[in-house]
Amino acid sequence: MMDDPKKYWLDEPRNVSKIYWTVCALCAALFVADAFYHKHAHFEVEGWFGFYGIYGFVACVGLVLVAKLLRIILIRPEDYYDD
Amino acid sequence: MTDILSPGLILILGSLVLPFLKGIWQRGFMLLLPVLGFWQTLSLAPGAQGAIEIFGLTLITIRVDALSLVFAYIFHIAALLSAIYAWHVRDTLQHVAGMAYAGAAIGAVFAGDLITLFVYWELTALTSVFLIWARREERAYRSGLRYLLIQVGSGVILLAGIVVHQHQTGSIAFEKLGLDGLGPTLIFIAFGIKCAFPLLHNWLQDAYPEATVTGTVFLSAFTTKLAVYALARGYPGTEMLIWIGATMTAFPIFYAVIENDLRRVLAYSLNNQLGFMVVGIGIGTELSLNGTAAHAFSHILYKALLFMSMGAVLFRTGTIKGSELGGLYKSMPWTTGFCIVGAASISAFPLFSGFISKSMIITAAAGGGHWFVWGVLLFASAGVFHHSGIKIPYFAFYAHDSGIRVKEAPFNMLLAMGLTAFLCIAIGVYPAPLYAILPFPVDFVPYTVTHVITQLQLLMFSALAFAVLMRSGIYPPELRSVNLDSDWIYRRFLPKVVGLTRGGLASLQQVAESVAERGLRRILAVVFHYHGPSGLLARTWPIGGAALCVLAMLGGFLLTYFL
Repeated sequence: MMDDPKKYWLDEPRNVSKIYWTVCALCAALFVADAFYHKHAHFEVEGWFGFYGIYGFVACVGLVLVAKLLRIILIRPEDYYDD
Repeated sequence: MTDILSPGLILILGSLVLPFLKGIWQRGFMLLLPVLGFWQTLSLAPGAQGAIEIFGLTLITIRVDALSLVFAYIFHIAALLSAIYAWHVRDTLQHVAGMAYAGAAIGAVFAGDLITLFVYWELTALTSVFLIWARREERAYRSGLRYLLIQVGSGVILLAGIVVHQHQTGSIAFEKLGLDGLGPTLIFIAFGIKCAFPLLHNWLQDAYPEATVTGTVFLSAFTTKLAVYALARGYPGTEMLIWIGATMTAFPIFYAVIENDLRRVLAYSLNNQLGFMVVGIGIGTELSLNGTAAHAFSHILYKALLFMSMGAVLFRTGTIKGSELGGLYKSMPWTTGFCIVGAASISAFPLFSGFISKSMIITAAAGGGHWFVWGVLLFASAGVFHHSGIKIPYFAFYAHDSGIRVKEAPFNMLLAMGLTAFLCIAIGVYPAPLYAILPFPVDFVPYTVTHVITQLQLLMFSALAFAVLMRSGIYPPELRSVNLDSDWIYRRFLPKVVGLTRGGLASLQQVAESVAERGLRRILAVVFHYHGPSGLLARTWPIGGAALCVLAMLGGFLLTYFL
């Protein structure tokens, strides 16, 4: 390992927050974008305002929460199979 | 003999020459092989056929059409990129295995009959296992054995299916088979094992992360995509595949979220991407089958790229556990950048390769009115961004700084990653050349306002979900652990059952033995009691005693006689 005295932009917690708020702003902009074009939809739900954004958010939060619950059942020590 | 040489044979026969070459000649020749194979593939016109007669059977050793060509092209490209990535490796075994393995997969996609397919099918198993064993560790050895057993098992089931099918129909042609009868069903199961169908999948997550740094890159390209090709050839439009595929897209991603070994995370997401291709085969329309072929093409590239970047991390740091990594962007900036390109491609960001291929399958699912499957695919698309697109680069290169400072990856690795990343972007920006080589004419426009905006909405809100869960501390941390999956059945449950049965039998035997022994002891004790050294019947009596006895006997005799 080498010494690494150089400070990186991301080392500053303030800058991490900047990224976070940029993502939030992008999401807001994309959500509003639904008002400005004709959505070509196969199913009715697709046409709902902001459907894809809400679906993506709910899907990911659900995915992580379920995976977290599953972990309680599935987790084993790293050497579980070693003997 | 056929006068058309299978490009696969160029790689297989060429790999046998490699041990006789040394140093730069060996590695140079290794790079040359995929180029020669590709050259030969370009010379093959659709419709060309080569056949040989053997034991009275006519084997179509080479059959050229659009479907086989698109897989052959990408297999050659993958072989070349993997060879560049492996340039620094000084291990003849791995070079031979890698090239022979790629050649076997290429031979298999040109196979016009089931027997030829079987031969190459088994050859992919026998050659690829050495990429795992080349790690030369006990863990890898055992994992490789399990891998080999399952792969060869798939081949045995395939052969059984071929025999039954040939017996019933008199044909060994590898065309559309459908699911009628025992033969095609067995063949379907054999393909399903190699394609990592749910519950038949776990060899993939078990073995791939145990292979060598460069071996995993080879492995990720061929076996499973060969199975996708075989399913697309034999079972297009089989409805069951829609459901199997949808399950494959969804359930591995839960594991991917909690898995600590980042190459294993990629193996789970590989499984998830195969699901999209399988759904495309199940729907069976021109659009969906094109989608499957296109997605296999772009998937091989971005998955190889992701495995390359994680391989570079493993190569430099010696670990690939999310719990021990972090902050590597400082010392491996190029690898970080290439990894992000792979991540954006697998997540299907507009202008990256996944976008122009996956959208074909999802559009086909929606167009066919499969609303539930469409919903699952959308969920899986958001999920894959979540765990492959964000988790992989985040935990390896960002997250908390682990303090690990290493050198950037070797030049040949960076070159391979750079070329692969270039292809991922090129296909995403300009998909026309890929669309031109698909099995059916393409009538699909990926870049519509609706597609682009809805996809960006889906992805950015998934990113937001990750960010929110991270900041709130809800996101499960990377822990040193293993998670139980279906391999538990044959690594723990079955051995335990066998152990218990053996134990049960042993204790039964013990009971029987102890009963028999106790009985025997009792008999012996009785015998001993009377005949032992101090037994009544074995006592030594003095002469006088004997005379007394005789006297008593005679007395008794007299008494009974006269009475």
